[in-house]
Amino acid sequence: MSGALLEVKNLSVAFRQSGKEMLAVDGVSFEIKKGETVALVGESGSGKSVTALSVMKLLPYPTASHPSGSVHFKGQELLQLPENKIRAVRGNDITIIFQEPMTSLNPLHTIEKQIGEILLLHGGMTGEPAKKRILELLSQVGIPNPEERLGSYPHQLSGGQRQRVMIAMALANEPDLLIADEPTTALDVTVQAQILKLLKELQTRLDMAMLFITHDLGIVRKIADRVCVMQRGKIVEQGDVERVFTKPEHPYTKALLAAEPKPDPAPLQPQAPVVIETDDLKVWFPIKRGVMRKTVGHIKAVDGVSISVRQGETLGIVGESGSGKTTLGLAILRLISSNGPIVFMGKTVQGLKFKEMRPFRRDMQIVFQDPYGALSPRMSISDVIEEGLWVHHPNLSEEEREQRVIRALNEVGLDPETRFRYPHEFSGGQRQRIAVARAVVLEPKFVVLDEPTSALDMLIQAQIVDLLRDLQKRKNLTYLFISHDLRVVAALASRLLVMRNGKVVEEGPAGDLFKNPKSDYTRALFAAAFNLDTAPGGVVNQ
Amino acid sequence: MDDRVAREVPELTSQTPTGMAVPPERRKMKLSPINRRRWQNFKANKRGYWSLWLFTALFVLSLFAEFIANDRPFMIKYDGGFYFPAIVTYAETKFGGEFETAADYRDPYLQKKIAEKGGSIYWPPIKYSYDTHNLDLPTPAPSKPTWLLTEEQCKSVVERKKLSGCRDLEYNWLGTDDQGRDVAARLIYGFRISVLFGLILTIISSTIGVAAGAVQGYFGGLTDLLFQRFIEIWTSIPSLYLLLIISSVLVPGFFVLLGILLLFSWVSLVGLVRAEFLRGRNFEYIQAARALGVANSTIMFRHLLPNAMVATLTFLPFILSSSVMTLTALDFLGFGLPPGSPSLGELLSQGKANIQAPWLGLAGFFSIAFMLSLLIFIGEAVRDAFDARKTFS
Repeated sequence: MSGALLEVKNLSVAFRQSGKEMLAVDGVSFEIKKGETVALVGESGSGKSVTALSVMKLLPYPTASHPSGSVHFKGQELLQLPENKIRAVRGNDITIIFQEPMTSLNPLHTIEKQIGEILLLHGGMTGEPAKKRILELLSQVGIPNPEERLGSYPHQLSGGQRQRVMIAMALANEPDLLIADEPTTALDVTVQAQILKLLKELQTRLDMAMLFITHDLGIVRKIADRVCVMQRGKIVEQGDVERVFTKPEHPYTKALLAAEPKPDPAPLQPQAPVVIETDDLKVWFPIKRGVMRKTVGHIKAVDGVSISVRQGETLGIVGESGSGKTTLGLAILRLISSNGPIVFMGKTVQGLKFKEMRPFRRDMQIVFQDPYGALSPRMSISDVIEEGLWVHHPNLSEEEREQRVIRALNEVGLDPETRFRYPHEFSGGQRQRIAVARAVVLEPKFVVLDEPTSALDMLIQAQIVDLLRDLQKRKNLTYLFISHDLRVVAALASRLLVMRNGKVVEEGPAGDLFKNPKSDYTRALFAAAFNLDTAPGGVVNQ
Repeated sequence: MDDRVAREVPELTSQTPTGMAVPPERRKMKLSPINRRRWQNFKANKRGYWSLWLFTALFVLSLFAEFIANDRPFMIKYDGGFYFPAIVTYAETKFGGEFETAADYRDPYLQKKIAEKGGSIYWPPIKYSYDTHNLDLPTPAPSKPTWLLTEEQCKSVVERKKLSGCRDLEYNWLGTDDQGRDVAARLIYGFRISVLFGLILTIISSTIGVAAGAVQGYFGGLTDLLFQRFIEIWTSIPSLYLLLIISSVLVPGFFVLLGILLLFSWVSLVGLVRAEFLRGRNFEYIQAARALGVANSTIMFRHLLPNAMVATLTFLPFILSSSVMTLTALDFLGFGLPPGSPSLGELLSQGKANIQAPWLGLAGFFSIAFMLSLLIFIGEAVRDAFDARKTFS
């Protein structure tokens, strides 16, 4: 078709690794018309980012190569273009915004300098006109008081504001095509909703095309006109968003759409004994100033939180980043020091020494967020799972220990034959299962789940949620489930606690709370998470 | 962009439980995949790989220096019996001599005695040890390598020993030093003592350094603060001058020198290991181990030390070469090993004192340069092998 702004035909990308060529993208074709938004969705490793980067020729050549394909943009063949010509296209006609706004901005340059550099490079603009243009851009992307912000450094801005600056930089030369590579993944849900709204508004106003890369189908539905579903380097289905969402054809698309975690939370157990209880728990980090390091104030990471979880229940703790939810989990397990009583199974554990704490550790376990960081890369998974047994059951015979490891692996749905492999041989979801196996091999009563699904793809998230629920039912486990992802929390939590800035905003049975949130903040949080709606000003952080 | 995108994760495990039917099998002792990859990377660096083999071969050879360069034969067949003078000290009377003292096998009198009984002597390739004085020097010491001598210069010895010419002399391949000792023999022994000294110093100082760094990094806080200040003060002591003072008070032997150098060399790795531990103690798998109730010492050994070992191993060859350098420098200045010991530094200082005998300085320079180059090449290859981002195709 001739009306297309960008036309990608039969594009393949190969990476060379230790002598072997590996195909990351395999014969992908799609096109974007002027003013249109096309979304690329798929799991991590499906090749969506690589596709987008090869449009701008930003891959690490010559490790990467294109065995086949063409990329037509405004009558130019980008893949054949020499480096000095493609530089004129980058940042001018096609611009990109990345996932992580902190690392995309130079921490040593002010906002004015960062945006000014783009204006200088591509338009030769300096001095007063440049400053005027920068202010215009900043107000366009909705940064309040842009004059005051000109001299700010990236670390002085919030995550959402940093992403807005990134967008301002991308828009500086009024590009025809904006590539957004998971621009909201690193942001809180409320901020995510704001950024999406901003992108949509800017797109209509500037009449530019957008290639939106994401793994989140909710975002696709909200923002895109057409969608390409990628799996293992291939586009398995593409079409209008309405059509794909209502009548998916490819089985993978169907699976993705059905991957929503099923809401089936553990029931409330008002008669069951209380497993863990805190009263006015505080974690304050002192701020020390001056020569004498006098404590001048405190960062109140957790400020007076009281919880009480009964056996078999799941307490969901939700809140944005920086709300203190992870700190609360670590404090309850006594992995960081805190103030205020912590009672576990009727016994006070606050103030116990490391060795006195050890008998309790068998009954309280934790699963972390990052499946890549939570397993020591130098230990086979059998060693990883065994470690707790060495501490708590030092007298087990080798065979018994092995049997328990095998049983734990079976319980989390992994083939026990794989137990001598090393973590890097497993996928993210499998690693998370290993982390769960490490926790359950000790037969604990209480498990803190610290965002166990956040780093995983949608399909895997649903599987892990099912696994956790299944384990809870079988072993009558008590969970403290920490997450910013309300859909996952809704699927598991029997009670809900909303935190903000270290304090409890609202608490109650999950069913009631989801239906009738009382505070404005909770309402805004739910709206952003479930409908990607923005809240009226002042309720949430900008 | 994250490099996981390009790497395909193979579907290794089925998601369905397969029951308890799996027989417990013991794992084999083998390199973990990550180490295998490092070994491949190391081998891919040809220069470093060959340097390692060459260095190992030279070092192993020099460990058997007694069988390469010695003034005692390694075996004597005499009167139907076998004797091993290189290992056992025999009295002269054993071979028909007159004195109860240790036999001097280079003495023509004793050689004649053995020959009379139909015995045969098996000499090592070089018939001098590091402290053997060549008594048949044709020219005043330091004397040229034998193959550079003119017939004119040889004449006196040739006539005295009733030989036919220069070719029949016992060869000093690299000449002799100013006391008439064979330079080649001294090089072999000197290489051994340098490398041994360097290795021992490196191993002990790394062990202390790693332990100190580990404690600082893991516990942090006040421990770290006090330790760091101590190290800052300690390293600000001008160590070379202190070494000179101490070695003029104590009799400088091998182990005294080792101890003195150790006082200052252990700090070199502390900062590195401390940083690794500081970084590592907040990893999630360390947190997870803590949540399991694993003891601090176990966490440090099992989980954190391997992380720090990468940095440590990368530095080891460089520390080794600097240890060798320090010993050589001390020897050169005359504050090192006791007089008479074979040492490369001493050879260099002789070379400086006897400019008219260039074979001394050249032999010393080339052997030290060669040894240090090998170590640096190995070090580079090790560094590349541990670099996770570097790929060799």
